[in-house]
Amino acid sequence: MLHLPPKIKSREDYYNYQEKALEEYGQSKPYIAVCGDTGCSIWGSKNIYDSLALHLQKKGLEQEVGLKYTGCLGLCENGPLAIVCPQEIFYQKVEPGDIEEIVDKTVLRGEIIDRLIYEDPVNRKKYTYARDLPFYQKQLRTLLKANWNLEPTSIDNYIAFGGYSALIKALTAMTPEAVVEEIKSSRLRGRGGAGFHTWIKWDECQQKSGRKFIICNADEGDPGAFMDRSLLEGNPHAVLEGLIIGGYATGAEEGIVYIRAEYPTAVEKIKLAINRAEELGLIGENILGSGFNFFVYLNIGAGAFVCGETSALVASVDGRVGEPAQKPPHLVKHGYLGRPTVVNNVESLANVPVIIREGAEKYCQIGTEKSSGTKIFSLVGKVNNTGLVEVPLGITLREIIYDIGGGIKEGKQFKAVQTGGPSGGCIPASLLDLPTDFEDLSAAGSMMGSGGMIVMDEDTCMVDIARYYLQFLTEESCGCCFTCREGVSRLLEIVEDISCGHGSLQQLELIKELGEVVKDSTLCGLGQTAPNPVLSTLTHFEEEYRAHIEQKRCPAGVCRELVVYNIDEQVCNGCGLCLKNCPAEAIRGKKNEPHYILQDKCDKCGICITLCRVQALTKS
Amino acid sequence: MVNLIMNGQEISVEEGTTVLEAARFYGMEIPTLCYDEGLSPYGACRLCLVEIGPPERARLFSACTYPAREGIIVRTNTRRVIKARKVIIELYLATCPSSKTIQDLASWYDVTEVRFPVKNEECILCGLCVRVCEEQMQAKAIGFIDRGTNRYIGTPFDRQSEECRLCGACMYICPVCQARCQGPQEEEVLCNACLNLSPPCLEKHDQALCYLDPCAACELDPASLKKPEVDS
Repeated sequence: MLHLPPKIKSREDYYNYQEKALEEYGQSKPYIAVCGDTGCSIWGSKNIYDSLALHLQKKGLEQEVGLKYTGCLGLCENGPLAIVCPQEIFYQKVEPGDIEEIVDKTVLRGEIIDRLIYEDPVNRKKYTYARDLPFYQKQLRTLLKANWNLEPTSIDNYIAFGGYSALIKALTAMTPEAVVEEIKSSRLRGRGGAGFHTWIKWDECQQKSGRKFIICNADEGDPGAFMDRSLLEGNPHAVLEGLIIGGYATGAEEGIVYIRAEYPTAVEKIKLAINRAEELGLIGENILGSGFNFFVYLNIGAGAFVCGETSALVASVDGRVGEPAQKPPHLVKHGYLGRPTVVNNVESLANVPVIIREGAEKYCQIGTEKSSGTKIFSLVGKVNNTGLVEVPLGITLREIIYDIGGGIKEGKQFKAVQTGGPSGGCIPASLLDLPTDFEDLSAAGSMMGSGGMIVMDEDTCMVDIARYYLQFLTEESCGCCFTCREGVSRLLEIVEDISCGHGSLQQLELIKELGEVVKDSTLCGLGQTAPNPVLSTLTHFEEEYRAHIEQKRCPAGVCRELVVYNIDEQVCNGCGLCLKNCPAEAIRGKKNEPHYILQDKCDKCGICITLCRVQALTKS
Repeated sequence: MVNLIMNGQEISVEEGTTVLEAARFYGMEIPTLCYDEGLSPYGACRLCLVEIGPPERARLFSACTYPAREGIIVRTNTRRVIKARKVIIELYLATCPSSKTIQDLASWYDVTEVRFPVKNEECILCGLCVRVCEEQMQAKAIGFIDRGTNRYIGTPFDRQSEECRLCGACMYICPVCQARCQGPQEEEVLCNACLNLSPPCLEKHDQALCYLDPCAACELDPASLKKPEVDS
């Protein structure tokens, strides 16, 4: 910790503080960034970090070589990641046994350790430096690049590289109206899924008087989405800075961070960030002598996807059951405790300091006319390079999946990409050249959503995908309004029937009719978008539904009721491996004689196929 | 006073009135299940949906919870509204076919088929019992428990209630626990007996008995209804 006056009370104080922080955290000395995000830490990156620290100490190098336990570095597929800076030598799948070489060879002598270098799975080329990796080429890591030289727990590190300068600028050189105007010029749209223009909410709130609130929605509930989690774990101060600036612009003196309980690491990090900011006087009374007070409270969720819906969120903050309320009245008129309330997504808030610092005009140069700036996507599923990507809006889906994602795993065929989580839809191969922006994705029957992007290949059954999301939504629906509760569960019932081979063609029409009514008649966004996965898969993959109904066949070989496992008598050598391991005891056969499966006992778990060494097992 | 346009007519109501109250005041019919005049509105049954907003951008809202505001355009019987109503009633029939109220709604709104498997539940989670217990009887003995399809009405922790005074208001106000008529097709999901203009009561009686409230003509013995004396 630096030994300076504990509070930053003016512009000058800030810049003095920044100078000193730069001395400590400046880029002149080499350092190793070890990714500490949840994804890599599960692979044991903390152990790698600790071992590196110990080794540096042993060698007496703690002063000359920096070590940072950072937020997400991007290529989650190949973690644990360690990047040696300033050259940005990209090491992946690092193991504890590698750390000595990393220090002795790479850091001290600039030698590259070949086995740790990224190799492209398609063209087999090796890439040493991060900037050369195809994964990073088409990205524009405006928000996430900061992670590479940031210790998320250190406010000094954040300030050293310009953190909180946007807050200083806003409070000392801009009026609240000017801040709103800047956000308006930037055309920033909500990153939580709805894509609503942020400035409109802020403007309306600013014009109201009395007690007001601004809430950061960190209840990221979409399965497969972890953008907000990584922002909060990797750079919590950026989100906090956005929240404080938002408070200044809207006139809300109380900020609330509502974060889901399932993100314990992120909860720790944001708590720490709030404390540190308070210590320095960047949160509290009369910040920088501007007369503006701002206090931040943390509120933790309790396991409900529906609490990501803003009015349910407010009910939850209030200690009531998380059930959405009808709008109108909108939250900005009647929100938390009946007061004007603005709710913003984590990523939207993280964009705010960027806009204020660099100006709206520069921000608008990225993205498209209607969708400016960058968006973080969690690219997961059957791609080679899964991880967290940040791209300028307007880039095509093909570029994300093939150029950045490295194409489909194991050379299989692309089938669909699911965007927008349970509220979104599936986009088929014919629409791969669609630009990724709010309008085009909605027009295709999906939506941008909060950023989850799940890639599917030929082994994915679209009926099963529809079933999965409907299952998720029936469990997460608050259950108040009839159309959502009954309607979504009836849709699930129909899709399950189809998946088991008991469907009829009339049911396809029924899905469309019921889906449209549920979308039209439900009170909140959950129900209004719940039919999207099934409707979009039905639109783009009707043949697959028909195969399930008319031929009682699952083309992808997924739907258990319709899949039949067979042992080829000609190939089977009677080794008995499948028989011994079948959990349903469905395989019979004498040693060294061809085995066979008792179909009525078979559970379709697929263990036998994975064990068979002669590939005698097939599924049809 | 607030001025708005309902079904093409300019109407005027007091501030704080809901669209449903305004419609009922002016005699425009909107069906409801979870609404009671003496209790706070809940908006859960979705039957009172009406189209609100300028026609190009109108959306469906529950009339019982939507506050009447200056200048809004409300339409209670558009194609979109009636489409939604019919599918919703169909869903209700599939959930709770033993309810007279729901069968009557089906007949009244021309719902002639049920394409979903029947569930035979007895509660539609409209919340009227919860609200009457809390707001009218001031006991708050029952409430909603759990979420989604697991939701049900019960006492806290499913324990015997000390607040419940056995007043029976919850049973009284329940819109679906009124058994349906023992009329034709009584075993079918859909009764539809009084659907058309020649209801089956005319097979047994001299006149249609829709003025009876509730109508139970299917069960009445024709002899028990005396013909009125005619003065010559």
